[in-house]
Amino acid sequence: MFLIDYIKDVTGAVKSLATGMKRTLYYFTHHKEIITEQYPDNRATLVMAERFKGEVVMPHDEKNEHRCTGCTACELACPNGTIKVVTKFDITPEGKKKKAIDKLVYHLELCTMCNLCIEACPSDAIKMAQTFEHSVFNRSDLTKILNNPGSKIMEGVE
Amino acid sequence: MYRETQIIKETSPGIVGETGEFTINVGPQHPATHGVLHLVITLSGETIMKVEPHLGYIHRSIEKMCESLTYRQFIYVTSRMDYLSSHINNHACALCVEKGMQIEVPERAKVIRVLMDELTRIASHELWWGAMAMDLGAFTPFFHAFRERESINEIMEETCGARLTMNYNVPGGVMQDLHPDFQRKVKEFLKLYKSKIHEYDELVTGNIIFQNRMKGVGILSAKDAISYGCSGPTARGSAVSSDIRKVYPYGIYDKLEFDEVLETGCDSFARYMVRIREMQQSIRIIEQLIDNIPEGDFQAKTKAVLKLPKGEFYTKVETARGELGVYIVSEGGTTPYRIKFRSPGFSNLSVLDHIARGSKIGDLVAMMGTLDLVIPDIDR
Repeated sequence: MFLIDYIKDVTGAVKSLATGMKRTLYYFTHHKEIITEQYPDNRATLVMAERFKGEVVMPHDEKNEHRCTGCTACELACPNGTIKVVTKFDITPEGKKKKAIDKLVYHLELCTMCNLCIEACPSDAIKMAQTFEHSVFNRSDLTKILNNPGSKIMEGVE
Repeated sequence: MYRETQIIKETSPGIVGETGEFTINVGPQHPATHGVLHLVITLSGETIMKVEPHLGYIHRSIEKMCESLTYRQFIYVTSRMDYLSSHINNHACALCVEKGMQIEVPERAKVIRVLMDELTRIASHELWWGAMAMDLGAFTPFFHAFRERESINEIMEETCGARLTMNYNVPGGVMQDLHPDFQRKVKEFLKLYKSKIHEYDELVTGNIIFQNRMKGVGILSAKDAISYGCSGPTARGSAVSSDIRKVYPYGIYDKLEFDEVLETGCDSFARYMVRIREMQQSIRIIEQLIDNIPEGDFQAKTKAVLKLPKGEFYTKVETARGELGVYIVSEGGTTPYRIKFRSPGFSNLSVLDHIARGSKIGDLVAMMGTLDLVIPDIDR
């Protein structure tokens, strides 16, 4: 009886190993089922998901106008102090003083892509871009000013 | 010329003590350990006499950080605790704030949260399965697990905007509505998963080497599991009913049909089987919900500044590793006065010394693998 059990054990063990090897061999011969992405060779065709949180950007239209009113809601919503809004006072054609942004400083090195600033923005002035290759040689390159030089606020945005 | 071993022998003759016991360090850089866990192991020959985990290598003081953040902001930090079930962590925090504010969450948001929770649970168990097989020397399962996990990550990326630290929960619901492609993608994933699940058993579960290394190793009795405060699959492998989804249902779990997975083996293999079977239960939950997502708001209307009333609030959820408790003490301000997280990993790690004593050092990695340790969750 002992011998029969022993042989049963050995055949069972060999069978279990063979099943695993069969699976490995299956993928060895079926190349089409391999789903590896050939990054960075596929850079030209790589499409990121439209909601992917890469970095914060401020969209400008063709007249170099943005929608930011300088309300600092994003600055208050940010948990890490990533965003700093520097405001100035513009003189409107009617001669009134109007608050506007001078610079919207964005520290990419501090950002955790939590999306809270974009949720907080009342005028949809900022959004997430789908870029993800953020490596730079110089740390100061990660501090960005989001509004273009010479840009001003879009008409009708309060 | 001196060799390294010679130097050690000559400069520290006491490395082998009078009793013949000696001490070795595993980690923080040892490739077999998960994260940066430092284990000081006392050995007698190959037999483990004592395992002493040294913590704190990845301590970021998350609890203290949360005290300086508002109730909207602190949720994202908890993604960095147990990064494999980050969505469930966020869910726990959002539930606690909602409990304090008495916010009624829309039905759609509840369903979305549960769907994401279960997808996260599957992704977490997939990674555990691959990593644990790799700890035991099998390399290919890692890639098989990551194939399925990748499709979950793609779903997450499409709807939440990130693959791991999603920050998709906000007090009152979820941040954005589901992506239009969500249902189709999840159904595709279910189809893929069902066509591949048999490979897991073929490659690892049925393997004789694997079974010999897992069965009868790392015995944790039900009594010990309770007294050490184990939760999650670690406790359920010892037949301790501890699924928060069943015992203290939150969200819409009380309306769903699923089984609490219990195994009576009490050894590493039982804990392994709990997780494998739990993945199938998660699939069952997703199948029930994916065609029945109710229409409506995905987020309740909340005040711009959240102020919890004075008092103490506690919620607990079932993460992929066990019971996660969030305890908030509020003084009535915009930031919490004190936050405490009861993390599952910490109590599960404390049992390692108990189950490892008396076994051989080669089995230690198998035991650690089945405890499913995520070190940032332990250190916080």
